[in-house]
Amino acid sequence: MTRMMKGTTPVRSADAQTEVELTVNGEVVRRIVSLRMLLSDFLRHELGLTGTHVGCEHGVCGCCTVLIDGKPGRSCLTLAVQANGYQIRTIESVASADGTLHPVQQAFKECHGLQCGYCTPGMVMNILGRFEEKEPLDLSDDGIRELLSGNLCRCTGYLNIIAAVRRAAELLGRTA
Amino acid sequence: MKPSIFGYQAPTTLDEAISLLAGDPDAAVLAGGQTLLPAMNFRAANPSLLVDIQHIDGLRSIVVGAEAIVVKAMVRHREFELDADVRRVNPLIAEVMQHVAHIPIRNRGTVVGSLCHADPSAEMPLLLVLLGGSVIVQGLSGSREIAAEKFFQSFLTTARSHDEIVVEARFPLLPPMAGWAFDEVTRRHGDYAVVGVGCVLSLDESSRASGVRLAACGIADRPVRLKEAETVLNGTALGTSDLDAAVAASMAAVTQPDDINVSASYRRRALGTLIRRMVAKAAQRAQMAEVAS
Amino acid sequence: MSTRTFGARIERNVDPKLLRGEGAFVDDIPLPDALHVAFLRSPHARARINSIDTKAAKANPGVVAVYTSDDIGALDIEMPLLIPHPSMTNPQTQRPLARGDVHYVGQTVAMVVAVDRYVAEDATALIEVDYTPLPVEMDMAKALSDGAPLVHATVPNNLAAHFVQTSGDPDGAFAAAEHVTKITVQVDRSTAAPMECRAVAARWEAVTGELTMWDGTQAPISVRGGLASVFGIDEDKVRVIAPDVGGGFGQKVLLFYPDELLVPMAAMQLGRPVKYIEDRRENFIGSSQERTQIHTIELAALKSGEVIGLRDFFLHDTGAFIPYGIAVAQVASTSIAGPYRIPNIFVEFKAVYTPTVQVTPYRGCGRPQACFALERAMDQLAQELGLDRFEIRRRNLIADHQFPYAREGLLFADGLKVTLDSGQYARALAMAATELGAEDFATVQAKALSEGRYLGLGLACYVEGTGLGPYEGGHVKIHPITGKVYVNTGLSTQGQGHDTVFAQIVADQLGVSPQDVIVVEGDTKAFDWGVATFASRAAVVSGNAIHKTAITVRNKVLQAAANMLDIDVESIELRDSAAWVKGSNRFVPLAAIATASNPLRYAFNKAAQAATQFAPSSKHDGPPLAEGEVPGLEATDYYSPSQSTWAYGVHAAIVEVDPGLCTVKIRKYVCIHDCGNMINPMLVEGQVMGGIAQGIGGALYERLDYQADGNLANASLMDFLVPYATEIPDVSILHLETPSPLNPLGVKGVGEAGCIAVGAVVASGVEDALRPFGALKFRQVPLSPTMIADALEQVRH
Repeated sequence: MTRMMKGTTPVRSADAQTEVELTVNGEVVRRIVSLRMLLSDFLRHELGLTGTHVGCEHGVCGCCTVLIDGKPGRSCLTLAVQANGYQIRTIESVASADGTLHPVQQAFKECHGLQCGYCTPGMVMNILGRFEEKEPLDLSDDGIRELLSGNLCRCTGYLNIIAAVRRAAELLGRTA
Repeated sequence: MKPSIFGYQAPTTLDEAISLLAGDPDAAVLAGGQTLLPAMNFRAANPSLLVDIQHIDGLRSIVVGAEAIVVKAMVRHREFELDADVRRVNPLIAEVMQHVAHIPIRNRGTVVGSLCHADPSAEMPLLLVLLGGSVIVQGLSGSREIAAEKFFQSFLTTARSHDEIVVEARFPLLPPMAGWAFDEVTRRHGDYAVVGVGCVLSLDESSRASGVRLAACGIADRPVRLKEAETVLNGTALGTSDLDAAVAASMAAVTQPDDINVSASYRRRALGTLIRRMVAKAAQRAQMAEVAS
Repeated sequence: MSTRTFGARIERNVDPKLLRGEGAFVDDIPLPDALHVAFLRSPHARARINSIDTKAAKANPGVVAVYTSDDIGALDIEMPLLIPHPSMTNPQTQRPLARGDVHYVGQTVAMVVAVDRYVAEDATALIEVDYTPLPVEMDMAKALSDGAPLVHATVPNNLAAHFVQTSGDPDGAFAAAEHVTKITVQVDRSTAAPMECRAVAARWEAVTGELTMWDGTQAPISVRGGLASVFGIDEDKVRVIAPDVGGGFGQKVLLFYPDELLVPMAAMQLGRPVKYIEDRRENFIGSSQERTQIHTIELAALKSGEVIGLRDFFLHDTGAFIPYGIAVAQVASTSIAGPYRIPNIFVEFKAVYTPTVQVTPYRGCGRPQACFALERAMDQLAQELGLDRFEIRRRNLIADHQFPYAREGLLFADGLKVTLDSGQYARALAMAATELGAEDFATVQAKALSEGRYLGLGLACYVEGTGLGPYEGGHVKIHPITGKVYVNTGLSTQGQGHDTVFAQIVADQLGVSPQDVIVVEGDTKAFDWGVATFASRAAVVSGNAIHKTAITVRNKVLQAAANMLDIDVESIELRDSAAWVKGSNRFVPLAAIATASNPLRYAFNKAAQAATQFAPSSKHDGPPLAEGEVPGLEATDYYSPSQSTWAYGVHAAIVEVDPGLCTVKIRKYVCIHDCGNMINPMLVEGQVMGGIAQGIGGALYERLDYQADGNLANASLMDFLVPYATEIPDVSILHLETPSPLNPLGVKGVGEAGCIAVGAVVASGVEDALRPFGALKFRQVPLSPTMIADALEQVRH
């Protein structure tokens, strides 16, 4: 193999670019991005927030779920440019600064609600978003399943995640 | 799975948005993006320009009027689903909304966007057809109202012209004392319906049905009113033989061929089952309304 | 000793990191200046490539390089046949980029390297390929006939392999049979669909001549060996890291996928890091699949229900290539008699090339198919003989005293004779019946029927050969400063919780908390030897290797502590990260023992002073390290199983079928499972439940729908129906723990168990539920609403 570095720095692509400004985990960020950049790629590759995962890029798996203006939404089905002015929360904002797990995360750990951990951030954000909604929680089996539907998990078979939602409600005093 | 190159504009007025659409035959309206963006990520849709309508004033309201609920173009599914007034005047809507995809999708996707996409298996178009609603479109030459049954023309095709924007949808209120029901069969919860059926009806003093409305999704290239079945059922006591006749009268409405999910023959069976069940459920609710009044 | 952690429900060490979003999956590794890869893939199932024009793609702004098979030099080869076997004739493997012909939709034809994935995808659309499409035959039986279109011009009749195995005297058994039942069943094509698709990133350090590759693989050490050999680099200069991996289920054990060779090649040629992050569509049309088999199985029985012989012939769809050899079909054929005595067996298969994605093991690896064939046949036999379905199984199960139970003549996937090593099969069956309420079910069923509800009971038994060799290793070291224990093995993990169960094994030997045991695997620089994570083998093979190693380290600790405490070894106990003189409060911390066991020249902290040459405790009679001693509290050892160890279980369910909508709801699901001694029951249940959910997918939802032209109609998660939480019922999992006599820990594998029986259980239950309409037969999974509707229509309902 040659040890010579080849001149490979290419011309950037012909994509039109624009500046976006949004608030991510409480911090205002400004970046120049391609018009077609997905919010998921923006978070992961522009901001380095790689806790938001990408599983299908067609909205089915839910791995990329973040809070968009407080509500769970798919970052793969949102353009960065479309999110201009939005408030975004990602998994990186959920635990305390010292690393202490949020009750939803703690519940996942206690209940063995994760295996490979790839779907987990999306699951946690979806659950967190629902817990933060005003609508009363339905903690029946069916109610929790309904809440989790929209996030695929291929490892756990879901039952431990259902248990984790119930445990999180307990830890958060939301069982009444 | 990344979208191809496109332009993007986020106008703040409707006029601006309409002229942007008029100026580019390959432009597309972007509202919630929950159907458009997956298609773009697959590069199945490659619009040259996205006209993002989220910053246009006046497109976010739900207004419950005397005859209809008016839903503006940027109203998200979840807002429609949770709106207390909507729930009160038309509980059928919340029932249907629970079947639309999943909460994170409903948080972003819009009611009008779903109507414009016109998937023949989707719940929103069925709801508009079932209730006999309409949409208001606005274009360069002004605005016009299009009745639901005219709006949905065929698979993913509506009567909206390219340079028009659907600014609102009108979902009529339920008749007083009406019974209602909706259910669907899906392969997985939250998937598009394999077959879905909605029913609205009233019962007269002698428990005979009147004002029967029946509609189905997933059986043809658009949502379908089952008018023959309605005719069969109106004026009857909704007995078994009436239901048999209604089902028999509906079978010809199934024109969707075998697909990757189910066979056409399965669709007929499911349609029949759902018609029976939804009519019975709607009748039960109508009876309860009567008792309660 | 501390409280034993083996057998305890210990929370996982790895969880906090993953929960905080701090996992490091391949695409999370920051590689500044990285280039991105997209592949142009064949749109045809079979075609001849006449020409490829890459000019426009190369000219696209942002494109750095475009490769076809003409541009990849020494990599333009057929990739390795990983597991050769004499039953294959002229076995075919794929080239990194197609040369001349394409053999399935999705096959890689050209590779674009560009500044980002968006641009790379743009450029693939600019590559012009002139194809001459060729005819295809998707039906396996027809594909075998003379004159059928060929997947490979050089392989007549599309026959990839043909293999017969015999145990006992099957002909004699069928001659002696009082009753023979015969059934043909089919399991359809599926895919693992891990939540993280495959991913590869490579960096070439020209200055040092080192290649680093991050690969979401189940087999990093094997990949390293392969890369070193293909590129002609010293193994020592190749580092393969499988960081956090988002599920594998077998799909990620295959090597090589084209990207695993082409990405490092591009990194070396272009002098910049290169990444390939497979997208979901590519995972459906490019990464391995499994399952399609059509079995025709016959059981030779006595009137008593005792099965004295079995004949099975099956077709196995191997896709367009056979890089993993006949493993899937071989596992199916050697699992065909399940947990039953059945002493006389004839099993024959033909593996068939079809113009589809290649088939390699997916969780279950042929076992679900074998289980479906056998258990559907057992149900049919029970019905024909008028026996209860539990009873017929009871009469055939291997009895506890019959272990080890060998099937002479059947060679398992490790090349060794099938020998079921231990179990309590009858007890498991009885437990399933009790837990399900089988005795009262007839009453429940009749009552439901009177209300217009159709309930059915389904059951199935399975066995799973686990813990295949050849071997794995373990390295255990106590860190001199912290006293924490570091453990390495040659596997990689995809979420199974290796870091926790291996920590438990070590913690028990060294008297430390499992949280103080740091397991590092999936990195060829962390451990040099090993094979891969597959075949439910990690706990068995690496677990026992680590166990053996930990004992060696324990003995070193005891000896060193005895010296330091000036007492005999028998008086020492290890607990709370220290060595204690039993019955006293005298102790010395592990960290101090580790420090003292490493003669030091330099004192970098207080503890280290004690280990330097002039410290009072220093011995002066001879060298600091005596002849034959090694520094530190450290050891490496290996475990090589004498044969596979066989787990087993019984699943049973009550299902409800809605004849109007032809939907199936699982009302109750019971799993009795035995994987020997459990290291961590919580993780065992996690593995079993995950498998059951995948099994439910395979029973009711997940079917890859190849069209007559070879196109895959449902290459998305929208249309390939991986179940959500709403599709998965509650399951009660009960354990039996029959230790394996084959290994020191007495463990058996558990990774694949859950998925094996589910299809058979569901079909059995649906058949039972619809019995009021007649003897409807369900012989294919996934079992779709249309199949139920068709069956009902046949009896005019």
